[in-house]
Parts: sequence; C-alpha cells; structure tokens
Amino acid sequence: MYPSRFDYDAPSSIGEAVAILDRSGGEAKVMAGGQSLIPMLKLRFASPERIVDINNIPGLDYHRLDADGTLRIGALCRHEDLEFSETLAESHPTLYAAAAVVADPIVRTRGTFVGSVCHADPQGDWAATMIALDGRIVAVGPNGRREIPMKDFVLGPFTNALAYNEIAVEAVIPPAKGKARGGYLKLERRIGDFATASVAVALDMDGDVVRRAGCALAGVGGKTIDANAAISVLNGKPLTPDNIEAAADAVAAAADPRTDHRGSAAYKRQIVKTFVSRILTSVARTEQKAA
Amino acid sequence: MALDELKIGGMGASRRRVEDNRFIRGKGRYVDDIVLPGMLHMEILRSPVAHARIKSIDTSAAWEVPGVRLVITGDTMASRNLAWMPTLSYDTQAVMATDKVRFQGQEVAAVIADDPYIAKDACSKIVVEYEQLPPIVNPFQAQSPDAPLIRDDKETQTSNKIFDWEIGDKAATDRAFEEADVVSKLELHYPRSHPSPLETCGSIADYDRATGKLTVYMTTQAPHIIRAAVAMVAELPEQMIRIVSPDLGGGFGNKVPVYPGYVISILASILTERPVKWIEDRSGNLISTGFGRDVYLQGEMALRKDGKILGVRMHTISDHGAFYADAQPTKFKIGLMHSAFAAYDIPAAHLTSEGWYTNKAPGGVAYRCSFRVTEAMFFQERMIHAAANDLGMDQAEFRKVNLVKDDMFPYRTAFGFLTDSGQYGKCLDVALEAIGYSTFKQEQEEARKRGKLLGLGISTMTEPLGAGNSREYDIIGIKMFDSAELRVHMTGKAILRTGAKTQGQGHETTWAQIVAHELGIPADDIVVEEGDTDTAPFGMGTYASRSTPVAGAAVAMVSRKIRAKARKIAAHLLEVSEEDIEWELGRFYVRGNNERGVTIQDCALAAYSNVPDGMEPGLENNAYYDPPNLTWPFAAYLCKVEIDPQTGVWDVLNFVAVDDCGVRINPMIVEGQIMGGLTEAYAMASMQYITFDEEGNCIGSNFMDYLLPTSWETPGFELHEVVTPCPHHPIGAKGVGECATVGGPAAFVNAVMNALEHTGVRNVDMPLMPNRVYEALQTGQDVSGAPPVKGE
Repeated sequence: MYPSRFDYDAPSSIGEAVAILDRSGGEAKVMAGGQSLIPMLKLRFASPERIVDINNIPGLDYHRLDADGTLRIGALCRHEDLEFSETLAESHPTLYAAAAVVADPIVRTRGTFVGSVCHADPQGDWAATMIALDGRIVAVGPNGRREIPMKDFVLGPFTNALAYNEIAVEAVIPPAKGKARGGYLKLERRIGDFATASVAVALDMDGDVVRRAGCALAGVGGKTIDANAAISVLNGKPLTPDNIEAAADAVAAAADPRTDHRGSAAYKRQIVKTFVSRILTSVARTEQKAA
Repeated sequence: MALDELKIGGMGASRRRVEDNRFIRGKGRYVDDIVLPGMLHMEILRSPVAHARIKSIDTSAAWEVPGVRLVITGDTMASRNLAWMPTLSYDTQAVMATDKVRFQGQEVAAVIADDPYIAKDACSKIVVEYEQLPPIVNPFQAQSPDAPLIRDDKETQTSNKIFDWEIGDKAATDRAFEEADVVSKLELHYPRSHPSPLETCGSIADYDRATGKLTVYMTTQAPHIIRAAVAMVAELPEQMIRIVSPDLGGGFGNKVPVYPGYVISILASILTERPVKWIEDRSGNLISTGFGRDVYLQGEMALRKDGKILGVRMHTISDHGAFYADAQPTKFKIGLMHSAFAAYDIPAAHLTSEGWYTNKAPGGVAYRCSFRVTEAMFFQERMIHAAANDLGMDQAEFRKVNLVKDDMFPYRTAFGFLTDSGQYGKCLDVALEAIGYSTFKQEQEEARKRGKLLGLGISTMTEPLGAGNSREYDIIGIKMFDSAELRVHMTGKAILRTGAKTQGQGHETTWAQIVAHELGIPADDIVVEEGDTDTAPFGMGTYASRSTPVAGAAVAMVSRKIRAKARKIAAHLLEVSEEDIEWELGRFYVRGNNERGVTIQDCALAAYSNVPDGMEPGLENNAYYDPPNLTWPFAAYLCKVEIDPQTGVWDVLNFVAVDDCGVRINPMIVEGQIMGGLTEAYAMASMQYITFDEEGNCIGSNFMDYLLPTSWETPGFELHEVVTPCPHHPIGAKGVGECATVGGPAAFVNAVMNALEHTGVRNVDMPLMPNRVYEALQTGQDVSGAPPVKGE
C-alpha cells in the first residue's frame, strides 16, 4: 500500500487529540479502526496531511448499559465486541442482529461502531441502526462536549456534522419504552460487499402493541434513509399481517434506490419490503410464542 | 523386503505438502520479498480512458521529484524498438502507448525512483493530454460499419475483426439438422472474468553491464518461454538471460503471458544499470492483465425424438480486447473450443468462430482451463440441459443415451480429438446415487409447500488436459513437451528439477512421490526445484493442467533411466549378470534369492565410489517427454439449490463431485485442487464478472467490485472418485487441476435453471446474482448479457 505522504500522531488523551485536530485546521483525519480509512488511503481517495490515531487513548473501548437502560458505546468499541456482547442480545436485538453482518469477521475485529457511524457511508450498517433507534453522538471539541441527534448527524454521503476539530467519543442509544424488539437484514452479493439493500427495524413493544417503531435503510439511497416516519404507521397497533404489510409498503416507498449492477431500483425496493415484512413477522411470531 | 510405498511417501500417499512448511510460516520467497543491492522501484502510469489519441506527455514535473531516477514514455521504448512486442497469438501488443491508448489501464509512462512511494507520487505529476475517441466495449459494437478502427497501427487491418475460423464437417452437420425431429437453440454469454491470483504480477530486472548478463526475477508460470521471448524482443543472447520464477502466490493462467511491466522494468534496468523492481498493484492486475472468457455463443443441436443427438452447431463471437494476446496453441484461433461435446457420441459437428478487437484489456488467458475449454464445456452442458428439456427428457437419462460408452474407446470426436479412456456412465451413476436423484422430485414438491424452489443441475464432461503432443501443440512455434532432471547423490538422496513451475499445485510434494514410487527413495529424501532457467531443464511451464500429464511423466521416465543404470551397478555389486537381477520397491536382489540384494542407496554410493569397469560414474539423468496424446479426465458434477422466490437468493444445498482423473499421486492434493476449482466455479456462476460501462471504464478494478467468494459463501462439496488409468501415461495419471473450474459452473447454473423451469425461462447468463434470478422469476423472460453498470 502506497498512500500519499502524511504525518501521524497517536495522542494518549482526548484533549490532546482535539488540540492536534484544532491546530491542523481541517487537514487531519481521525483514525479509530481504520477499516474504511486505510483502503481510502491506499486508493488515494483520501490524502489527509495528518492522521490522528486515537487507539492509544485509554477508556474508550466500552459498551455499557446505564441503570435506566441507556446504552453507551465508546469510540474504540469494536464491531466484534458487540457481536459477542452478552448484554446486547437481550436488550438491543436490532444492534445485535446487525453486529453479526457488519463487513466480514476480519474487519469486525478492528473496525469500530462509532467510526463506522462517522464514516457516513450510505451503505453503512450502524448509521441505519442508530437512526432506527433514535440514537445520538457525543462529540468533544475545543469548546467542550455536545450531543448530536442521529437525524442531524449524517448530512450526506461520507459527510457528518462533526466540526474539523471535534472527535466523536461515544454513541448513545436511549432506553426502549417497553420491550425492545427488532432486527436487521442485509442482502449482499458476498460477505463484506456493500449492501444491495439493508433494513434496520427497532420496535418498542407494549404487550402485543407497538408503542414506537423505528426504521432506517442502507444501500437504497444517496445517504442512509430515515424511514422512521414511514414505519410510524405501526405506532399504537398490533403486528397483524395487514398492519405488517402496510408498514412494509410504507417503508419501501421511502426508499430511494438507483438501478446499478447490484440490481434494479424496483428489485431493491422489493427487497426492502420483503425484509421489513420478515423482521416484523418474526417479532410477531416470537411475541405469540411468548404469550 | 520391498518397502511399504505409503510409508515412504510414494504413489497414493496423502503426504503433507512440504512447501507449506515455509508458506504457513510466512517464509515463502516471492518476487516482492527479494531485495537486491541498489535496487530501484518502478511505478506504471496507466491510461484513465479507454480509447484516445495521445496528443502530448509532459514528464517534466515528475523528473523534478527528489529521488526520481528515470521517467520512461512510449518514445523511450520506441527509441529502443521496444514500444511494441509480439503476442503469443502472432499479433502485436503495445508495451507502452505511443500513438494512442486502446484500453483503460494501458501503460502510458513509468517512473523509476528510490522507493515506491516516490515513484507513485511522481507518476501523478505526469501530464498526459488525450484526444478522446469513441470506445468499443463489445464485439457487436466492433462490427458496426462506422466503428472506429482500433488497430490503425496495423497496415493490413481494415476492420476490427481479428479472425474467422472454423472446424468440423459443415456438410454432415447440415444433413444432421435436416434429419432432426427437434432443433434446440440456445444463446449464451460467458462473461469476462479474471484469474486474480493473490500475488499480483511483478518483476525485478537486474542487468549487469560488466558481464552482459540479464537476470529477471519474475512472476511467471513459464520461465523458459519467457527467456525465449526476452531473447527475441530485447535481442539479447539467450545464454545471457536468466529468468527466475521464485515462489508464486497463485497463477491460474494469469502469469503465462509476457506483460509490458516486465519489459519496461528490463529496459529501465539497462538504462539505469541498477536492479529495478516492479510490483503491480491490485487494480493494475485486474484492469490490465490477462482476463478469461468474454465469449458469446449461438448454439444449436439436432435431436431425434428418442433422445439421440444427431449434430451440433456452434458459433462463437469472442471479445479479445485491444490486442490478440491469447496464450494458446498456434493452430487454434479460439483455443480448444472444439473440445466441446467430446464426452458425447455425436456424429456431426461444426464450429465457426469470429474474434474481435475492442477497447478492453487484452490477453484472453486460460483462467484455470486448458485453452478456453471452460467456455466449451459450459456451452456444452448448458446446451445439453436445454436440449433435454426441449425433448421433454430426464436430464440424467438424456446424458446416458448420448455419453460415449466404455467399450467405444479409443473414440474419435466429431471435431477430431481422440479420447482414450473413461467410465462416464459409472461416474454419473455414482453422482446420481450420492445426491439422491431418485427422490428429488418429491423433495422439490415438499419445498414448494414451504415457498421455496428447488433445482438440481447436472454437468458431465471430459476435457483435453496436458498439452501437447508436440505434433499438434506449440506456442509461437515452441513445441509443447516437458522435462525432468534427476540427480541422485552419493548417500541416496536426490534433487529433481523440471521444466514446469509450481504456483500452488504442490509439485515439491508430488514429484518426489513419483520418484519414490519409481525408485523407492523416500519422498522426504528428494528436493524438488523449479523455475530457474539457469538450472532447470527446458520446459513449457505449468498451465492447462499439463504438469502431471507431461512433466510428471518426464519425472517417471527419468527415474526409470536412473533405475536402469542402478540395475547395472547392482549386478556389479552382487556379482551376477544383469539378467539375474530382480527389482522390488527400493532394492535389487538376485532372482531366486530375495535375501541377497542391494538397496537403491547402496547403488547410489557405488555410482560414485565403485562403478564397474567401463561405466561412467555418477547417477543422474534427464528426460524430455512428448506425450502421445492429451489426457482426458471425466467429471460428473451435480448441484442441488434452493431459491428464495421473494429475493432471488439461492443457496447450494448439496454439491456432489465425481472425478475420474486416473491414478491419483497424492489424493489430498487432488481433493484440494477439486475444492479450489469448484470454489472458482461457484464464484463465476454466482458473483464474478468484469464488465465495462459505455465509456469503457472497467467495472471490477478492485476486490470490492470484483468478488472472490470467501469461506462464508462457499458451499460444502462432497467428493467421490472413480479411477480409469490413462492408457498412455507412464503412471496412469490424467490432468485434474482445472476439471472443477471447467465443469463446475454449468452444474450451478443448470440447478438454478431447473428450479425456474416452470416459468419457461431458458437462460439467465452468469453471474446468477439474486436480482437476475428474481427478474427471471418475475417476468418469465431470459436474462441475458452482462449486468448493467449505470443507472437508468
């Protein structure tokens, strides 16, 4: 790999890292897992003057549940930590389902949740789950901390709301209002391929009634598609076949796919519909069995 | 007492691969591991456009980058008469563009610098002014009367056509079609693919002006052919050229041709008088080096109602890119396409082929097949599948009616090949039994109730492996035989060298097993060396599954020569006449008295210390082997798939492979070859293709766009064997390295087509990506050609 020349820093505190970014005036790039950044350096799609490697900063590799059920994911929490998380399976089915299909097993050992969200790839998995779960990003800059709701965080393809001198240090996912249910389905030509289409669905259930439904889509638009409004047709309703179909249709209509070598726009829309329907049907079946 | 052959690692032993000792420790020595004193690094600037006239090249800024030693353009090459070179198909190919660029990725300039980073930086400072010309991205555009002439460098070229070629009996075939009850037609496209070995191409050229010797470390499957080619192209005396092919990280045909990068690095070393290393990056490898396939077929079969095939017509239209640089035997313009239907008893066949230039990368190599046999067998098995359906006959039954029967060998095919052995029906029966063919229909019904579509596909084929014989097979006039040289040392240990070149096949392991089988020297006592033209005997290299059929035979023959001399020594040591000496594995003894004997090791010691009067000392020899015929392995591949009709996603439920490759030297290695080949077959069937947009941009220039399946997607394979020894090979072996890649794709595709049968769909072209299968299911229409690359 022969990237363009760059300087490299590996600070040991967030304060130090922010200071370096601030001094660099927008010519530096933060590296966490590096699983997207390094290929871009290799292809010279990215040629930053400076890389700020945050892997030496202690205390960022956590994911934990607060007493109220808020999930906090530190900037150095690897995909693999979530894939094999003992708490997540029960508390956050949408994230847990996505963790197993992010990229490939090799990338998952190194890549980070927060880094992937910041990368804002329209085909990225985690940004979709964050939108569906109404999460937010905690950023630290020279003027201190701020929280950015996910709906304001991804501005477009590969563009996020962070200022050049800010670092995303944590992702926050609010507690479910009721039982957390949901899932994540992705169609890819091969493991590690960009998604042809993927669907994140998160439900807060009150008995057999959906209290809040969240949904986002990857791979079917110029950026991650926020389908929360579309799936809100389920709010206050039970998961009957008719309601499921209405929700699947509404979400499919919210997709904005393009025809390419992964399939036609109509095909991708059909996949979205099928996947929404499958996730919801699977939740409905599980709830029935439980009841 | 004779040795236990399996214990000494002889024939049939699944001996662990000795080369893996270094590979799994990261101790392989590949071209990029080699560092020479004073070595410089070269980077190639490639054309971003597919078809354009070069108006100017400004290299001044590149020269000014600190650490840059040399910048080469087409003019530099031309000044040494090296701007063009001959190809392996009697065409010419640009080494570096002088007049115009003819495909995206073509070599336009090169920078030689102190390190590869500097070279890459400086390349980006070269300014090339292009005047764009309309690109031609498929052979149908190439035929248009107003298509621009791609090869305007050739005085005699007036269109984009490269060749028209035909073989077979047209009149007899026409008669067969007149007599037919049913004519089955099928049009197919075998998409462009790329062998993509993990190690890309590269070289280190080291020209020593003091001695006049040029040493080139190079990623090549055929070092001896390269030496000959360099002697011709660079006009250097052959004894002053040494080509060394060290460990290779895969080849699959990609490393047979002579690439511009090699030639440029040689000139760079001559000009700088320093060693120059060139290591191609992944995109360079995918967009500029030898591809596979890219052939369209119009196929027709003449059928009798009872299922008998009366005749076959094939017309192929092939896309060779900007230069006709296919590596293939001279006589045949479209490789061994006419090996199609060799497994079937068909009275008449006729093949016509046309080849076209396009603005795409050149070098239709044999991607893990014996010269376009992959296309031949894919077309054959897809046509067979369609024909059985058109007749309303069972797929297995239709094959049984038409496959060549055991008692028909030697069998002359309609296209003129001579097949010599096989048990085709038995192989198919073993496969049908293993996959549960008799209960499949019932299984299919049950799956329908679950909302799933099941399909079962069959592919049965024999293929010509192991070119030559040299009467019929040569590459640019160099005859296709091969060689082995064996030196047995005083202590009975040995070194074996051959003209082949391993690139993952395990020659270091298997060749020693052949020697062990012939001489009783334990395989562990034999070192195998290949790839250095200064030490190895001349050979044509490794591709077309030819190593075991040709070089492997030479190994057996040279071992027999050694044994013949050792027998004389044994007679001398045992003080009896040679006629009274008997051989058993590892030792000679006196007839009638097994106790009284000497080992092969005793003979080796005597060869250097106690030879009979009049005998030359030493125990070494060589053998050049020119096979009497190709070898003809047979395979029956059966695949069962399940389709999710809501997404078009298909999963392989079961895959059964029955291979008859004759006698197996190392069964473990053979199984590994079959597994690897089936994986590549699955890749092509399911996800792999290189296509181009209308501007000639290559879609597939990296591993995110050009997909290699991982262990995650790759299905399990159930392997079985049938053994019909090759009648003419000294140890009864046949080629096997490519069978699975060649025969595999049709099994997957036929399985999916079988699952779609109720829709009336006759064909979905590869790759069978879920969206294409879904489209076929929804529309009931065929899905043809390469997938689209741009939005509507």
